[in-house]
Amino acid sequence: MSDPYPSSQGGAAVASPPAASTGDYYLPVGLPQPAPYPEGLAKEYWEATRRHELVVQRCDKCNVFQWGPEFLCYACHSWDLSYVQVSGRARIFSWERPWYPVHPALKEKLPYIVVLVELPDAGNVRMVGNLLGDPLQEVVIGAEVEAVFEDHNDVKTPFTLVQWRVV
Amino acid sequence: MSDLTIRGKTAIVGLGETRYYKRGAAPDPEFKLTLQAIMLAAEDAGIDVRDIDGFASYSNDRNDPPRIQSALGIKHVGFSNMFWGGGGGGGSGAVGNAAAAVAAGYCDIAVAYRGLAQGQFGRFGQGAAIPVAPGGMAFTAPYGLMSPAQMFAMRVNRFMHDHGVNQEALRAVALASYHHAQYNPNAVMHGRPLTEEDYDNSRWIVEPFHLFDCCQENDGAAAVIVTSAERAKDLKHKPAYILAAQQGSDYRQAAAAHNAPDYGTSNFKSLAPRLYKQAGLGPKEVDVLQSYENFTGGVMMSIVEHDFCKPDEVNDFFQLDNFRFDGGKLPLNTSGGNLAECYMHGLELITEAVRQIRGTAPCQLEKEVNISMVTSGPMVQPVSNLILSREAKP
Repeated sequence: MSDPYPSSQGGAAVASPPAASTGDYYLPVGLPQPAPYPEGLAKEYWEATRRHELVVQRCDKCNVFQWGPEFLCYACHSWDLSYVQVSGRARIFSWERPWYPVHPALKEKLPYIVVLVELPDAGNVRMVGNLLGDPLQEVVIGAEVEAVFEDHNDVKTPFTLVQWRVV
Repeated sequence: MSDLTIRGKTAIVGLGETRYYKRGAAPDPEFKLTLQAIMLAAEDAGIDVRDIDGFASYSNDRNDPPRIQSALGIKHVGFSNMFWGGGGGGGSGAVGNAAAAVAAGYCDIAVAYRGLAQGQFGRFGQGAAIPVAPGGMAFTAPYGLMSPAQMFAMRVNRFMHDHGVNQEALRAVALASYHHAQYNPNAVMHGRPLTEEDYDNSRWIVEPFHLFDCCQENDGAAAVIVTSAERAKDLKHKPAYILAAQQGSDYRQAAAAHNAPDYGTSNFKSLAPRLYKQAGLGPKEVDVLQSYENFTGGVMMSIVEHDFCKPDEVNDFFQLDNFRFDGGKLPLNTSGGNLAECYMHGLELITEAVRQIRGTAPCQLEKEVNISMVTSGPMVQPVSNLILSREAKP
């Protein structure tokens, strides 16, 4: 049986979604930068974002997707898990519009939109990101979105955030 | 569920609260406030504070029992315990742990306490000023999702979407707290009434939360003394018997990056039936409810999950008139709660629940209060809840 979700280590079988241009950030610089868990979990995810690939952890034994990553599969307790590439297509599951700067860097950019999206081709696991575009736009739960990779190259440890745009 | 139970074996017999302050306004440091609250609670109970031999707290309280024991000159401590988790999820849980320790013989007199000076130690309402967000934080903080209000707004938004809830339902929770605070001289928002227009015109913190949907940030301390039902009979005040206390969390509620399978929830779905079963009663028997308001939307889901109303009845049920101490169907947060009395991490909800049993609350119900209930920490993991009773074995 063919595997519709090839491991990210095997190269990109799914076309990479478009990238935001360098320096074009949705939120101002100065917010905390992402890093894997100290024990190494999620390292593959953040490395994949640098290649503009969206990956999700999946159990090798029972094929359940889980996110965030963990050391074992919550469903069958297998220790054998892989990061597999997914399409980057998602649906808005919930959202919020912050108007209060919880961090000094945010004072210049209010309001903004945070979305929680679910990934239908990855067992409906969810990811948090920003919804690109007008911060005052009407946000519709259930709307189709696609991943946009936001490269932050002008820092000591470059990283890439995964943002979302209405399709 | 085990048949072993603490039902009716212990009671809350002493209440201690410092004056409550706005964040940064307390004249004393947090540890001193904590000692004051514990000493006031012992005095209220009519016991020597040196006879306290058990300690229970929550939310990583900084005021640890060994230092308190040394400061107070207590000869022996048989129990000291911290309820895991953040926020106010452990308010009822700390009381439940104190009760369990007394019932199991670890100690004779336990204190559940919380000291919290956000002026001294930093605010909950701000994101951490850190250069790197590792692990689970990496999935949220770089996207500007950093504060408790932001952590919970999307759960509430999803619930409101699923059940067609209007903003006015959240407003009713805020109005109830502010209404009751106007009768309570110890409330920080005493003398600061809130109208529907004030609420509607207030700024957004994060949609769907206006300013008045969010708890305050305060300084102070509170403590309650728990001892055996036997011993409680001979003390100063009418005991508030602990009929039931539950703690825990639903399936995978702490899954990272907002992946709890059941998302629009206060996390009480498995706890609420266990609480009622242990107490031997249901929501219809509850006379008055203190429901932890980190945010009004959490109260809404807590009330639904404790079966006071159905999810699709929220718009009808959530009206100020239903929540008033004077004639409401479900008197709610009758001291002003976290929104308008003080954010003492919900321990002030437990002191109020006890006052309603004693008959000494500023917003005392006209009818005799037999059953007084508390829910602690919606949307966090774990959460807890508590039922107090006028009778040990009703």
